[in-house]
Amino acid sequence: MDELPIETSDDVVRVRQRVREKAAGSGLSLVDQTKLVTAASELARNALVHGGGGTARVELVQSGVGRTGIRIAFSDKGPGIADLDLALTDGWTTGNGLGLGLSGARRLVDEFELVSKPGAGTSVVVTKWLR
Amino acid sequence: METGNSQDQMADLMRAHEEKLLDRWCELVLAGAKGRAPADDVRRELAELYGLVVRVMAGADEPADGQLKAALAELSRSRARTGFTPSETATEVFSLKDAVYEVVADSAEMVAEYLKFARLVDDLGLRTFETYVATREQVIAEQAEAMLELSTPVVRLWDGIIAVPLVGTLDSARTQLVMEKMLDALVATRSEHAVIDITGVPTVDTEVAQHLLKTVMAARLLGAQCTLCGIRPQIAHTIVSLGIEFGDITTKATLADALAHALHDAGLKVGPA
Amino acid sequence: MERVPILRIGQTLFVSIQVDLQDQSVMQLQEDIADNLAATGAKGVVIDITAVEVVDSFIGRMLAMVGSISRLFGADTVLVGMRPAVAITLIELGLSLDGVRTALDAEKGLRLLNGHA
Repeated sequence: MDELPIETSDDVVRVRQRVREKAAGSGLSLVDQTKLVTAASELARNALVHGGGGTARVELVQSGVGRTGIRIAFSDKGPGIADLDLALTDGWTTGNGLGLGLSGARRLVDEFELVSKPGAGTSVVVTKWLR
Repeated sequence: METGNSQDQMADLMRAHEEKLLDRWCELVLAGAKGRAPADDVRRELAELYGLVVRVMAGADEPADGQLKAALAELSRSRARTGFTPSETATEVFSLKDAVYEVVADSAEMVAEYLKFARLVDDLGLRTFETYVATREQVIAEQAEAMLELSTPVVRLWDGIIAVPLVGTLDSARTQLVMEKMLDALVATRSEHAVIDITGVPTVDTEVAQHLLKTVMAARLLGAQCTLCGIRPQIAHTIVSLGIEFGDITTKATLADALAHALHDAGLKVGPA
Repeated sequence: MERVPILRIGQTLFVSIQVDLQDQSVMQLQEDIADNLAATGAKGVVIDITAVEVVDSFIGRMLAMVGSISRLFGADTVLVGMRPAVAITLIELGLSLDGVRTALDAEKGLRLLNGHA
């Protein structure tokens, strides 16, 4: 398992690269790799821009039935998300620059777990399984 | 695989009567197999299992547990692929109990041992069931994938024009595959036009329309234009009544019309020789 | 911070993105293109993303912005060489980059720009 800091925009690039390395080695298809790295990029940026910085943990996982997958856990100590429903709607595609890219990232992965409370930071765990 | 205390007595008995028990077990299994598995193979498989079971019962043999697990999984997989039902495979394992019972039937002091042994064999039989199911699911998944691949051909109609005839329901899995194949083909053939023929798509509801839309948008990102064709009269009604708008995607009735349109877009014309 | 080089050939600016860019570099690129257009009066911009493996929503929107910015200077932009995996991902993300012209490669992109000159 790798733990990476997310404190600068260079860190966001590093997270992308690390996820890409792990994804490439895991046997995920090219499209799935791209989706996962893109989701990671969205979430890492979120942690930086909205969460004031945080960490990303990347690990290879095995499901109960023996499937391989990649799990990435993002967490930040930011202000938390007040309205989860709003955050998860596609408001950001209206192009006004707002929006957290969460709903988009969610579509790119197989499992998506979001825990956030105002004042308690945000944690997002995503998983992509090999087909 | 919890064997708890070792079962020395049973292990000894099975070692002592190995030849006879193995023969009887093979006999019972082959009777159930009805010729679907070659006798030699069966004999070899059962002999291996037999030896491992004995080792496991004699206890304190770490690798034997793992090896027995693996051997059972292998048996189950091979039976699954040959078309045996999971019950038949499990019964094969259970019939070891029958063979052993015939030997201990008259020994009252072996009752406790036999019961422990029976429980062990039951557990083993159930395991084969689980492996069987997992194997069948894998076979089904592989077949589904093969079918998906086969039913998503991409054809080059002309320089710069490819056709994607869709056959079958368009779900998200198929859409993904279609997008990948189409986009790869656009790049490989350096095409700027794709004709998507949906004659073979049985229903077009809002979800299918969404999938088609995604496909067209993806092609656009690669600088290609798509033309939809093959909308059957029956589904035309559904499309309109569902209020599905294909927006500015060009739709044509037939492949020929779509080809003509694409050619026109590409600045080409078909004329007499 | 990586600065993406801008090449001018005739009336067209060529930008080829070769590395994994961090956010500031993308924004710097927008600025550099605007500066270049203002200084040279070039009429077209070709952004080649053949080597780009990941385009997320931020980068996607920034690339789309280059188109809008260029238009302010009377120039047209075309995005070329998007990888299939990237295209599929962008669509799934919900970003269709509708206002952005696209082409398969730089050659076709140039043809597109000149056709619309």
